[in-house]
Amino acid sequence: MTRAEMKQRKLDATSERVLGMVMPQGAPWANDLRQDALNRLLSMGLPQGRDEYWRWTKPDSLTAETPTQAAVFHSDDTPIFTALDRLKLVFVDGVFDAAASDALEGENLEVMRLTDALSSDIHWIKDAYGALEKRAQDPVDRPLATLNTAFATDGIVIRATGPVSRPVSLIYLHKDESSDAILHHVIKLDAGAELTLLENGPAAARFNKVMEIEVADGARFHHVRAQGRDHERRAVTHLFASVGSDAAFKSFTMTANGVLTRNEVFIDIVGDDSVAHVAGAAMGDGDFLHDDTVFITHAGLRCESRQVFKKVLRNGAKGVFQGKILVKQAAQKTDGYQISQGLLLDDDSQFLAKPELEIYADDVACSHGSTVGAINEDALFYLQSRGVPHAEATDLLTLAFLAEAIDEIEDEAISADILDRLEGWLARRRG
Amino acid sequence: MLEIKNLHVKLEEEDKQILKGVNLTVGEGEVHAIMGPNGSGKSTTSYVLAGRDGYEVTEGEALLNGQNLLEMEPEERAAAGLFLAFQYPVEIPGVGNMTFLRTAVNAQRKARGEDELSATEFLKVVREKAKSLKIDADMLKRPVNVGFSGGEKKRNEILQMAMLEPKLCILDETDSGLDVDAMKLVSEGVNALRDGKRSFVVITHYQRLLDHIKPDVVHIMSAGRIIKSGGPELALEVEHNGYADLLAEQEQA
Ligand SMILES: Nc1ncnc2c1ncn2[C@@H]1O[C@H](COP(=O)(O)OP(=O)(O)O)[C@@H](O)[C@H]1O
Ligand SMILES: [Mg+2]
Repeated sequence: MTRAEMKQRKLDATSERVLGMVMPQGAPWANDLRQDALNRLLSMGLPQGRDEYWRWTKPDSLTAETPTQAAVFHSDDTPIFTALDRLKLVFVDGVFDAAASDALEGENLEVMRLTDALSSDIHWIKDAYGALEKRAQDPVDRPLATLNTAFATDGIVIRATGPVSRPVSLIYLHKDESSDAILHHVIKLDAGAELTLLENGPAAARFNKVMEIEVADGARFHHVRAQGRDHERRAVTHLFASVGSDAAFKSFTMTANGVLTRNEVFIDIVGDDSVAHVAGAAMGDGDFLHDDTVFITHAGLRCESRQVFKKVLRNGAKGVFQGKILVKQAAQKTDGYQISQGLLLDDDSQFLAKPELEIYADDVACSHGSTVGAINEDALFYLQSRGVPHAEATDLLTLAFLAEAIDEIEDEAISADILDRLEGWLARRRG
Repeated sequence: MLEIKNLHVKLEEEDKQILKGVNLTVGEGEVHAIMGPNGSGKSTTSYVLAGRDGYEVTEGEALLNGQNLLEMEPEERAAAGLFLAFQYPVEIPGVGNMTFLRTAVNAQRKARGEDELSATEFLKVVREKAKSLKIDADMLKRPVNVGFSGGEKKRNEILQMAMLEPKLCILDETDSGLDVDAMKLVSEGVNALRDGKRSFVVITHYQRLLDHIKPDVVHIMSAGRIIKSGGPELALEVEHNGYADLLAEQEQA
């Protein structure tokens, strides 16, 4: 088969796949944006295993017509973030649950359900819906995000007009074992605004989520998410951000379990003197594939970016990292850092990494590193020789391995919550 | 306290015999020094006692207060009262020194069926002991041994020893890499722990440490055996004449 024939096959399969999907209707402008996304999708095609960008993570179960069932996981633990004072917004299998949520209001905050926003005539949403997703299609296609823009059935729209003191907390409950959720969130931080966004929960048997975030000059955005513990869930998420000048974007993700998780992050630092940090701590045991695919573009002067990704893998779990720093010619004095590390707790597990730097400016400091290894035997013996039992010493060293990622969380109470979950995960596996 | 009988040890991975019949008995409250040329098996002896992987005991035994050390996990040996101050202390990035100390102290207390120390109790004790070893707050906060100088690492070993209050302390070249002042600090730290009951095995190349920590017995180790034992004067003899005479004497015998 020639390349052209292969591409044609892909496109044919894509149109067949999306033919039966129902495009939610809203205001004409919104319908146009969705139709535009559909057209873009039909010309790029859904991902396939032979695509370079998907060579380590098979997309089939994410693109299949029906989702694979995922058992609902029951735990007696108190859900994470419960003790924090926050604005709770609850989704059940991808449907907003107004009754379970707090009122959509807050200091310096405009909050709306996506379906309402797309039926209204709000100027900034017209400019924002699907805009960052569309811009992020160059240089690599992200068709599952485009599919999301076309067919998202729900989501939340948030605008922070100033400092927002209470975190906004998105809670994704999973109750139906064959649910297929497509959520799209649009978030805008006006100049000088500050917002902490929390996300937790498994969401659905299959979850496709897009979050578009615009961080204006002088604004600060903090994002911490805990992807749910359900073993059989699948998720593909995209985070698209545009960061202005003197601004901060910080995102941390903890993932424990899940058969398939692909988290894509695409950050455009367009302003000067800004920082963008993305970090992740993933823990996998058994049938688990976790993929972080990150692309950070520096276009402004004197910006700093950090990518810190750590994965703890056991019993045949697989970790993937594809991370890129692109420094445009004008982005002088860029400080870019990227580290990805896999800790293999046995011989069956696997960590695959593709770190990339592409630099066109001449006065920059960029570093990247990737390592894979087991628990350090010398450190383990040292701890044991001081009386710390083998299992406890292993856990301590595992948490030490994750520490650099967890340190990226600024808020101490949130960080403590995350640490507590990680400790719990390890404790449940103690031999 | 400690009885090592006819200990033979080879490397697990290689066919290399390292200890060829070590015999050593250390009584309660005694201080024994082990001296000997590089490569004679001093560190190996201490590692085997502490339970490090990679060695195979082919003959002999080692008892701590009658308990068979060689059948215990390293953490059980520690809880039973054995402490090894490492020749090369290990760096552990990501684990704070304080967390490390507290985890160790509480793990041992738990193993012995004692209550864990509360955070405040622990802090009080650790601060006091750290102070006498000139270990500042910053060193307690930093990850274990990461970025520590040679001397700081050795002082940190003594701090751990002081916190864990072992019955038998093995110091493996704790003096190497120390300047005169640091050596004094470390020796004072060790002497402060001498209470007539606690026993010490001090491995060193130099007589000078033994000026500070006075041994009851001095042993000379060579090629995996203890070839001579004697009083403190034996250390002086080595200091003046080196090992050559002793080794020659050994060959003749
Ligand atoms: N893990 C090991 N691998 C290879 N050789 C070893 C190992 N441990 C010890 N040895 C060898 O055993 C001998 C004794 O070493 P060691 O106990 O460190 O001596 P000392 O502490 O007296 O200088 C040396 O020849 C050393 O090279
Ligand atoms: Mg040695």
